[in-house]
Amino acid sequence: MYGWLWRVIPGGTGVKLATMLVLAGAAGVVLWYFVFPSLEPHMPVDRATVGR
Amino acid sequence: MRTLLRTCGELSVTAGVAMLLFCAYLLWGTGSYTEWYQHVLKQQLQQTAKVAKLGKIHLGDAVAMIRIPRLGRDYEYAVLEGVGQEDLRRGPGHYPGTARPGKVGNFVLSGHRTTYAAPFNRIDELRRGDAIVIDAPEARYTYRVSGKQVVTPDQVDVIAPVPGRPGARPTEAVITLTTCHPEYSARERLVVYGVLSAKRDRRT
Repeated sequence: MYGWLWRVIPGGTGVKLATMLVLAGAAGVVLWYFVFPSLEPHMPVDRATVGR
Repeated sequence: MRTLLRTCGELSVTAGVAMLLFCAYLLWGTGSYTEWYQHVLKQQLQQTAKVAKLGKIHLGDAVAMIRIPRLGRDYEYAVLEGVGQEDLRRGPGHYPGTARPGKVGNFVLSGHRTTYAAPFNRIDELRRGDAIVIDAPEARYTYRVSGKQVVTPDQVDVIAPVPGRPGARPTEAVITLTTCHPEYSARERLVVYGVLSAKRDRRT
């Protein structure tokens, strides 16, 4: 998967590396701000109230 | 076959990193929302203090400030009305229908232990006699810790007007703090009780 990505990304080693890092960062941002907030309410951690 | 195995491995490692990131999000990422909302609630409280008139409190409204000197000089959170999921993301919540601050009956607050700025993370460190200071717009109420208990989530009698004795008529003003227990779990609840010991009216 990552090998394929490495081959598909154009440019020299430096440019490839930079592009990979940017992609990883973008994936992180999407997870942190969109995926995680929607997952969090379903996690069985930190329930503070009693009853209901 | 080899490619398949390698892809499987890569996907697994990626999923592992994503899960670690999710843990980091739960522990630290969720707190930034709480901190931002606490500013909003504190501002609301200052405005209420200026008006110095207690009307009906609606869900989501700021109720009072809670300060616990044992947990640090700068330990303070704005308490809001309501204990729904969205309410507790914003700060410790007051159970609607339980007593108002300083009034006879049980003033019940719930707060997160590990996520969303974890306001009640260290309430297990409270000892008998420690002060729990509630700054409501009309007065400052000081409760003293009277006990601690670990209960199962279905033991709703801890939030009764007389904790542990549902149906009994309250004669004193008490406070009850609830949070999850053990940390990172939803299995039990940690409950801290306190009794009102002092009231100081706010000059207007």
